[in-house]
Amino acid sequence: MPYSNKLLDHFNNPRNVGSLDKNAPDVGTGVVGAPECGDVMKLQIRVDESGVITDAKFKTFGCGSAIAASSLATEWLKGRTVDQATGLKNTAIAQELSLPPVKIHCSVLAEDAVKAAIADWKRKRGGNGEEDRKV
Amino acid sequence: MAVNLPIYLDNNATTRTDPRVLEAMLPYFCEDFGNAASRNHPFGWRAEAAVEKAREQVALALGASAKEIVFTSGATESDNLAIKGAAEMYKDKGRHIITCATEHKAVLDTCKYLEETGYTMTYLKPDRFGVVSAEQVAQAITDQTILITLMAANNEIGTIHPIAQIGQLAKARGIIFHTDATQAFCKIPLNVEQMGIDLLSLSGHKIYGPKGVGALYVRRRSPRVRLAIQMHGGGHENGRRSGTLNVPGVVGLGAAAQIGSAEMDAEGRRLGQLRDYLQRALEKELDHVVVNGHPTSRLPNTLNISFAYVEGESLMMKVKDIAVSSGSACTSASLEPSFVLKAIGVSDELAHGSIRFSLGRFTTQEEIDYAAEHVIRAVRQLRELSPLYETAREQGGNGEANLPPLPCKGRSEETERAKGF
Repeated sequence: MPYSNKLLDHFNNPRNVGSLDKNAPDVGTGVVGAPECGDVMKLQIRVDESGVITDAKFKTFGCGSAIAASSLATEWLKGRTVDQATGLKNTAIAQELSLPPVKIHCSVLAEDAVKAAIADWKRKRGGNGEEDRKV
Repeated sequence: MAVNLPIYLDNNATTRTDPRVLEAMLPYFCEDFGNAASRNHPFGWRAEAAVEKAREQVALALGASAKEIVFTSGATESDNLAIKGAAEMYKDKGRHIITCATEHKAVLDTCKYLEETGYTMTYLKPDRFGVVSAEQVAQAITDQTILITLMAANNEIGTIHPIAQIGQLAKARGIIFHTDATQAFCKIPLNVEQMGIDLLSLSGHKIYGPKGVGALYVRRRSPRVRLAIQMHGGGHENGRRSGTLNVPGVVGLGAAAQIGSAEMDAEGRRLGQLRDYLQRALEKELDHVVVNGHPTSRLPNTLNISFAYVEGESLMMKVKDIAVSSGSACTSASLEPSFVLKAIGVSDELAHGSIRFSLGRFTTQEEIDYAAEHVIRAVRQLRELSPLYETAREQGGNGEANLPPLPCKGRSEETERAKGF
């Protein structure tokens, strides 16, 4: 398998493995993929008041590329604003890890997981935001 | 005792050539290099003598006679010659062929080709252990059936078919019976007379012989099986398969067959014990593991096992010092999980997490200890990473991750999307 050193590094030393409290108001959770397809990614972000992602965690069931892609995604998310994170493209992940063509879908899945996590956070914030304003 | 890394546990894919086999082959490259078809000088005579000795050796290992052995380039060619050759030769008797869903692609793709040219196929569905029964075969027979082709043992899961029963049935009904014995040859006893086999494919490189050489057993009496020629040319192998013989390869195949059949009983016991030891170690230390294939009627060297909540390719990457195979989609060119596991009812999720360990003549206890230890550690590490394992534990470990069933995303489409960037 012609995997890059960067990919192998993320696979062998995955960053930010774990879970955040999915019920916390400042946490967004994205779960994408399906077990029967061979890959499921759970990616979570914690966002502060100013819209900056202060923490990101992942758990992934999948091939080496899927694990590396989600690890890389969490690394990139930390310290970025939600707006910046929204612009994260699968191609950037694919390039960074030098994914072979048959593994491009792993980077697509990572992008989808990020988007799903942001959407979840936004949904929660929508509710909380109004309550905040009432206070 | 220290182990040499990497460890080879992929002997159903291919085997290391036995040094005794190599030694037997060596004189036929630079010294006795003649063409076995050269009738007029000693170079040819010596090559021919070596080929005929190998033919005896292969025949003996099958309970056949030497004239019934046709040398080929390997089991894929043997399967093609047997199936297409019989289909074409007996097409006036009928055009129906019986096989099963878990055959090797060399058989399945040949059958699909025949289907396109006007033959009718029955692909029998094996049970959950991978077994096709003689009763199933009997029910599928019609007055148009000319050929039954069923593998002796499966390459992925090691399940052994009741070949003797099916052979007797075929005999009683006057139908030609071919078996692809690529994986079974020299692992379990095979006797073409006792088992009623009319055609049998085998390969050199699965039995510690060289690659690129194989053989087809073709019954000569009761009944005499005739095959339409698939390789036209100089009339080699009594016109059954033209092409200059690969003399060193044929010599190697003969030597490998002789050694393999002589050592089969003792080696089968040794490998069975080592394989069972590995299986027990994995089952003892890990929860949610499922052995694929038949629990007992299985090749002694084969262990196909699924580790739930873990994907096979990532597991192989974690244990990169251990050479194994996986039924995961991520390891196949088609990006589909193993069709064999699918055919025996293994879920796609478990197929993705399947690993095939296939032990061999050079496998040691130390290697198995190493493999068990490292696989157990890797599965635990990957499960710590797995959201499915987390969900399963939260739900009390009932084994079913509570995720919505979604269709798999079209991967080729995604690849296109990325290319277009």
